[in-house]
Amino acid sequence: MDLFQLQRRLVDYRASLYHEDFLDEQFSQLQDLQDENNPDFVVEVVTLFFEDSERLLNELAKALEQPIIDFKRVDAHVHQFKGSSSSIGAQRVQKACIAFRNYCEEQNVEGCLKCLQQLRHEYSLVKTKLESMFQLEQQILSAGGSIPM
Amino acid sequence: MRAKQMLATMSHEIRSPLSGVVSMAEILSTTKLDREQKQLLDVMLSSGDLVLQLINDILDLSKVESGVMKLEATKFRPREVVKHVLQTAAASLQKILTLEGHVADDVPIDVIGDVLRIRQILTNLISNAIKFTHEGKVGVKLYLVPEPPFAKEGSQHGSDGSTANQSTTSASKTESYTSTSKTSSDQNEFHGKKNEGLCQNNSHREPGTPVTNGTTDGSEEQVELPATTVWLRCDVYDTGIGIPENALPTLFKKYMQVSADHARKYGGTGLGLAICKQLVELMGGRLTVSSRVNCGSTFTFILPYKGSTSCDSSDDPDDLSDMVDHDAMDEDETAGFFQFLPRTLGSLFSSNGSSRTQKLMPHNIGYAKSHKLDGLSENCYSFPMNNGPPKEIDSAVQISSEPGSSISHSWDPDNKSWICSEKSQAVEMKINTSGPQLPPKRQKKPDVGSLSKLNGRQQVLKNSTTSKPKILLVEDSKINVMVAQSMLKQLGHTIDVVNNGAEAVCAVQKHGYDLVLMDVCMPVMDGLQATRLIRSFEETGNWDAAAKVGIEQDSSQPGHTSPTKRIPIIAMTANALSESADECYANGMDSFVSKPVTFQNLKECLEQYLG
Repeated sequence: MDLFQLQRRLVDYRASLYHEDFLDEQFSQLQDLQDENNPDFVVEVVTLFFEDSERLLNELAKALEQPIIDFKRVDAHVHQFKGSSSSIGAQRVQKACIAFRNYCEEQNVEGCLKCLQQLRHEYSLVKTKLESMFQLEQQILSAGGSIPM
Repeated sequence: MRAKQMLATMSHEIRSPLSGVVSMAEILSTTKLDREQKQLLDVMLSSGDLVLQLINDILDLSKVESGVMKLEATKFRPREVVKHVLQTAAASLQKILTLEGHVADDVPIDVIGDVLRIRQILTNLISNAIKFTHEGKVGVKLYLVPEPPFAKEGSQHGSDGSTANQSTTSASKTESYTSTSKTSSDQNEFHGKKNEGLCQNNSHREPGTPVTNGTTDGSEEQVELPATTVWLRCDVYDTGIGIPENALPTLFKKYMQVSADHARKYGGTGLGLAICKQLVELMGGRLTVSSRVNCGSTFTFILPYKGSTSCDSSDDPDDLSDMVDHDAMDEDETAGFFQFLPRTLGSLFSSNGSSRTQKLMPHNIGYAKSHKLDGLSENCYSFPMNNGPPKEIDSAVQISSEPGSSISHSWDPDNKSWICSEKSQAVEMKINTSGPQLPPKRQKKPDVGSLSKLNGRQQVLKNSTTSKPKILLVEDSKINVMVAQSMLKQLGHTIDVVNNGAEAVCAVQKHGYDLVLMDVCMPVMDGLQATRLIRSFEETGNWDAAAKVGIEQDSSQPGHTSPTKRIPIIAMTANALSESADECYANGMDSFVSKPVTFQNLKECLEQYLG
């Protein structure tokens, strides 16, 4: 695949992510912050987000395994997750968090567990998508091209 | 014997190229690597280090055993050794433990002994203690003791053969001199008369040949001076898993671990304690242990040292100069208590993380209690902020290295409040007492490249000398910090970052800010309360309200903000009900930006409030 095709592919891929609500305008904010002074900004923030998310998912799983569930604690974790996902524009993850918080408020264990599953699912989806996107970007750069904005 | 010799030689041969591999890996780790490469490299480095350690251990042990170990006689300061060893251990500490050191007042400032070996023993015992302790503390106690019974009993003469495993010295206490070679330099080969003098277990020898255990020659050395010997006892104690009684007898044997499970779980070669024992006994002392399972262990070694003020009757000019040195004592030398609090505390309560470790100023960390105040169910902490000159203040040296992992915010059900901690352990701080003022030398390298950049960016303490406005960002989420910081940077501002309301209040106490961007939902103290406290100061001119909830400002540190100047405080709110705009205004905030923060919103806000 030549450079032009790669670039085309990236543009289309990105558009689809926005179209399917994996990403929202906040992600473009991140892209806008990337420049020559800060060439890897998006990857860095997203990587940080991945790490933080994995930690939070572990915490959530642990908290929901307890014999007596501390819903305030669970809610606090979800709140954090909501915040970070919204900051990078991971819209579907953010929405999953909102639903999750409702169940926390109701102290509904089953609902929470289902939401956790859903959250995991959405997170791994967006993670895969973003990683693919970064890979595409990398291919373009390696081929000597520049990333279309 | 030949096998041992071969092992020693080969180990030495192996060590050089292995060092090479590890060094190259270290250099590689400073180059640009992607995440996967970094992870692979980390494994390489830790494996390499481990093997090197193993080889060094083997070499040491074989040296000691074959009797080729040379003992040095160096003048050194026991307090500094204790402090340095603890500092080093604290710098690479991966768990939440308190490290402390206590040197009794009657321990001399200087003593003479083999400082390298002593440091080795101390390091080994401390790292063992840390390894087997998962919570609580590890500490060192050093104090003077009267001459122990084992020093008096059993004069084993040289013809006895190997003495490495027996610690004995002269039967006669009155023979108080040890033969030494010239004392003109501090570093000597120490020739102990094996059965005289109380200091060394070595037979003396002619200069230039290695000391071998087990032989005595006719004295060719001049018995020069009466030397005072001090016996120092060192306890290395911990609150760890303890050692079962049945394991105690074999503890100091080579290659023995407490159990196979232990070996598997905790790793290690089982050589450390054997080496320690050999060394201690070689130096004329004893190494013992006492322990209780699940309570902790204490390893004790007693060693004789030559006191360095012993040479009163000598007309050696250098000895006199030694004495003169001693008179010039200052507080640092006599400081006898050191405490290293768990690392996370530094990152929690310091507003500027690791930048502070580069300064020589000590920072007091006070006692933390959690109160439940009426209507405010939060943890309250006191931070005496003390930046005075080192010698006037008693404080502990705090090693706060950069946190390499994220701080988790855990909910404390007992206090119905947030606790900021790593690994979800409750934070507890201790009162510090006298200690020397030393800048911590080492910092842990952060694990993630981006994190280190993030922290690096955070440490902007210095106010720019231009008229650039000073902005304080108060935000607990690292991701949000990174995004906001980048935006503000693009807008041309450098900022200070803190992670909760309490830190924000402290920061405002210390510096004047032109604008505060305040997240609402944060652990420890939320944005609303922090704002209330700051407004209270602005209205009353004092920080009483803050002091009431436990934030103390040292009176020697004048506030940098004049009370009449009102700082614009902008809430960053996720628009949830609890963070409604009305509530923000009611608590004293001037405006808000909703999350996620966009560049445009931030820009407009700054234009409005910074002009």
